[in-house]
Amino acid sequence: MKIAVLSGKGGTGKTFVATNLARSAERCVYLDCDVEEPNGHLFLNGPLLSSSKVSLPIPKVNESLCDGCKKCVDFCRFNALAFVQNRVIVFDKICHSCGGCKIVCPQDAIYEVDREIGQIESRTYKNTQVFTGKLLPGEESGTSIIHELFDKIKPEDSLVIIDAPPGSACVVMDSIKDVDYCILVAEPSIFGSHNLKMVHELVKLFNKPHAAVLNKSLGEDNPSKDYCIENNIEILADIPFSQELGKLTAEGKLVVEYNNEAKELFKDLLDKIYKEVRI
Amino acid sequence: MIIGIPADKEDKNSPVSGSFGRAPFYFIYNDETNEVEFAVNDAAKAQGGAGVKAASLIVEKKVDTIITPQLGENASMVIKAANIKMYQSKEGSLMDNVLYLKDGKLEQLGNIHEGFHKS
Repeated sequence: MKIAVLSGKGGTGKTFVATNLARSAERCVYLDCDVEEPNGHLFLNGPLLSSSKVSLPIPKVNESLCDGCKKCVDFCRFNALAFVQNRVIVFDKICHSCGGCKIVCPQDAIYEVDREIGQIESRTYKNTQVFTGKLLPGEESGTSIIHELFDKIKPEDSLVIIDAPPGSACVVMDSIKDVDYCILVAEPSIFGSHNLKMVHELVKLFNKPHAAVLNKSLGEDNPSKDYCIENNIEILADIPFSQELGKLTAEGKLVVEYNNEAKELFKDLLDKIYKEVRI
Repeated sequence: MIIGIPADKEDKNSPVSGSFGRAPFYFIYNDETNEVEFAVNDAAKAQGGAGVKAASLIVEKKVDTIITPQLGENASMVIKAANIKMYQSKEGSLMDNVLYLKDGKLEQLGNIHEGFHKS
């Protein structure tokens, strides 16, 4: 079972929910797909076991074979190639690594070399196997790192929790497209409900079963709760705003290890998710 | 000398466009023959890599000097590789800027911005 935890904005508590949920399971694999700013390993903080590079193929041109036909330049819809002073210039960061230029070159003058864009780190913390995707600063898209993170899942892994990036862009779509269930984490504000609406529209588009977890609730006045009720989104948990939980989290601690109420809450949340997915 | 300037309108008395890569036209002026051309910039509506494509058009048109308010990183790589001179535009029309250049009143372009790329 693969569960993605997502939200329309940063700071709602995706990592809070995902890491504490992971710790509440008997065994779990946790994928940190928030590759621009992964921080799940600060909570699930086992020692680093391994780190592997993630690379993308980038075209290079063998100038002795290139006859300047410019078919590659014309083919590239991302405009990653330019033909200047009788030679092709490749713009690595614009390239989407589709390989099309190599295919259309009639002279076989294009070959590919790997360019590192990030890493995947592996750790084990108690019951949880932690995989962290890290995109190098200045790189534009982490989707390939997310694809490689999903390759880490083995058929025998019964529970996988995916900590998705914030928002609803390509990296989020890649983080949810292969999951069985989505948990939408939302804050009790108008801004929070707007962001909830964005991810809600996304999970509907992907036909994913989903439910909400309200975080940092301050009582009855909660626009995110109103949105859930109006749109028939089941609320699996309503986590009250608590200085204690905030303090524990700020110290890099998992609340389920220190606070009994939180422990019960997350256990209950996990049970509900299991039931939901089985239906 | 063939001069290229980003333009919003096909009118040599219109102002210089604020963007290089996404300008709808380029005013191309040959100062030996006084020939004037407005080249349509297909890159203006490109999803990404507009600077590269636009600069390639400038190269294709055999422009050797550009006058622009600013230039992105990727476009500048193409422009530099083609040994095209870059000057900073001043307030005024396209034709005014051609005259400023001839009078030596324009400075070489120093600030290359990182572009406004979207992934």
